[in-house]
Amino acid sequence: MTASASLSLFDIVALRREFPILNQSVNGKTLAFLDSAASSQKPRRVIDCLEDYYRRYNANVHRGIYRLSEEATFAFERARGKVARFINARSQREIVFVRNTTEAINLVARSWGDANLREGDRILLSIMEHHSNLVPWQMLAQRTGAKLEFLPIDGEGRLALDNLDAQLEGVRLVAITQQSNVLGTINPVAEIARRAHAVGALVLVDGAQSVPHMPVDVQALDIDFLAFSGHKMCGPTGIGVLWGRRAILDQMPPFLGGGSMIKVVGLHESTYADVPARFEAGTPAIAEAIALGEAVDFLQEVGMDRIYAHERELLGYALERLRDVDGLRVYGPTTTEMRGGAVSFTLDGVHPHDVAAVLDSEGIAVRAGHHCAQPLHAHYNIPATTRASFYLYNIPEEVDRLVAALHKVRTLFG
Amino acid sequence: MDDLYRELILEHYKHPRRRGRLEHPDISAEEHNPLCGDRVRIDLRIENGIITDARFDGRGCAISQASASMLTDEIVGMPVEQAKQFSKEQLLDLIGIPLSHNPVRIKCALLPLKTLKAGLYGVGHAPDDDEV
Repeated sequence: MTASASLSLFDIVALRREFPILNQSVNGKTLAFLDSAASSQKPRRVIDCLEDYYRRYNANVHRGIYRLSEEATFAFERARGKVARFINARSQREIVFVRNTTEAINLVARSWGDANLREGDRILLSIMEHHSNLVPWQMLAQRTGAKLEFLPIDGEGRLALDNLDAQLEGVRLVAITQQSNVLGTINPVAEIARRAHAVGALVLVDGAQSVPHMPVDVQALDIDFLAFSGHKMCGPTGIGVLWGRRAILDQMPPFLGGGSMIKVVGLHESTYADVPARFEAGTPAIAEAIALGEAVDFLQEVGMDRIYAHERELLGYALERLRDVDGLRVYGPTTTEMRGGAVSFTLDGVHPHDVAAVLDSEGIAVRAGHHCAQPLHAHYNIPATTRASFYLYNIPEEVDRLVAALHKVRTLFG
Repeated sequence: MDDLYRELILEHYKHPRRRGRLEHPDISAEEHNPLCGDRVRIDLRIENGIITDARFDGRGCAISQASASMLTDEIVGMPVEQAKQFSKEQLLDLIGIPLSHNPVRIKCALLPLKTLKAGLYGVGHAPDDDEV
């Protein structure tokens, strides 16, 4: 494949123009943004949507009996419906707006976990989890006496499921990422869910890296909870989603107490609202939720299948070109099969921070560090990696620039 | 970048002056930068209130390791009281790279100084613990 390889899935030039931030120079070079796994850029219509709310109909939701508040409430709830359809939820009442993936997982750990787990119960995770799908379960285990178990990975960075059925013994909850933010590995969550359900365990999926990049259908996956963040999928920061199976959400006690989440409040006790309001105490991130709905419209117009295919093509090209760089090791699967576009690597003799600093001088934005996955880096016995990650607006020329800059790093530190 | 990776930095990174451990050091301290996994340990020999020998060990980026190399070189022969007063500005001066507007990389550069202070004052007792 060459740099001009076919990317006719959509008009990439026109699509890039939708993202104002991409049209700028950094250190005298055109910005090549290769850090969308950390946070994606926003299309103009999402930015406009935020401004439109504040300029035209800013008012609190679910409260005022006046025009602006009604309009804000309508837009807010319409966004909930858009998100529900985006992941094929059975009902928009299954969509709980939270701040981000981290808060969604903490909500489940605090609410479902505290109410249901007892000493000796087990929670099954994997060693590739982001800290946000690890630390809340450690805290829950400390509160309840539950035990954590971990699925290992094989030499390709894929989950080793040979002992899954044995590891599922006594497990009440499986919490697993659908796509590793370091390795790019896409995990077979439907299969894991089927086998987990067979022993009566629930399944929570961390969708922070999958929902922005591929079609995700909660009914087809047959899972119980899905957590994801708006800012990684062309939406604003400060808004995220917990999807939960209605029957389970209905049984869960509140997470945060306060306004909006109540039915009747007395001085000594209160009754709580139905879901999702029960889990949305206080004034929500109204503009951000509405803008997330706009981001979902945008992604669906481009097409999640096409976004996945586009990234897969870029990934294949990157994996091929990176083989030419001496001393470079890519972590995770070596093919594009069941693999997303996060490419973490080390370069012999050069610390990832130094790699990232030299790339920055070439206008290329990548992430260096442990990417909130310290146990995974400990597994590979490395302190950090450099990560390039792709999204719908990236182009093969940016891969070429990445490779050229890496050759420059080798020369400088050689 | 040419500012960041000056010859001097790369020279100290590739050929560190005082990398290693001391046998039975009088003071030994280790600090981490949790953001990036950089780690620096500094061993000191102290005689009559003077630092007579220093070694550093650890792993990290060129900035943190070159900074450790230059700092340990600088403090040998220095009275402990003077080393305790060694400032952030002095260190940045020593390594000679413009980092004042780079909040992430400045932490890399200052990690060896934080380690030195933790050793000289005792962990958690160094002044401006957050800054240095």
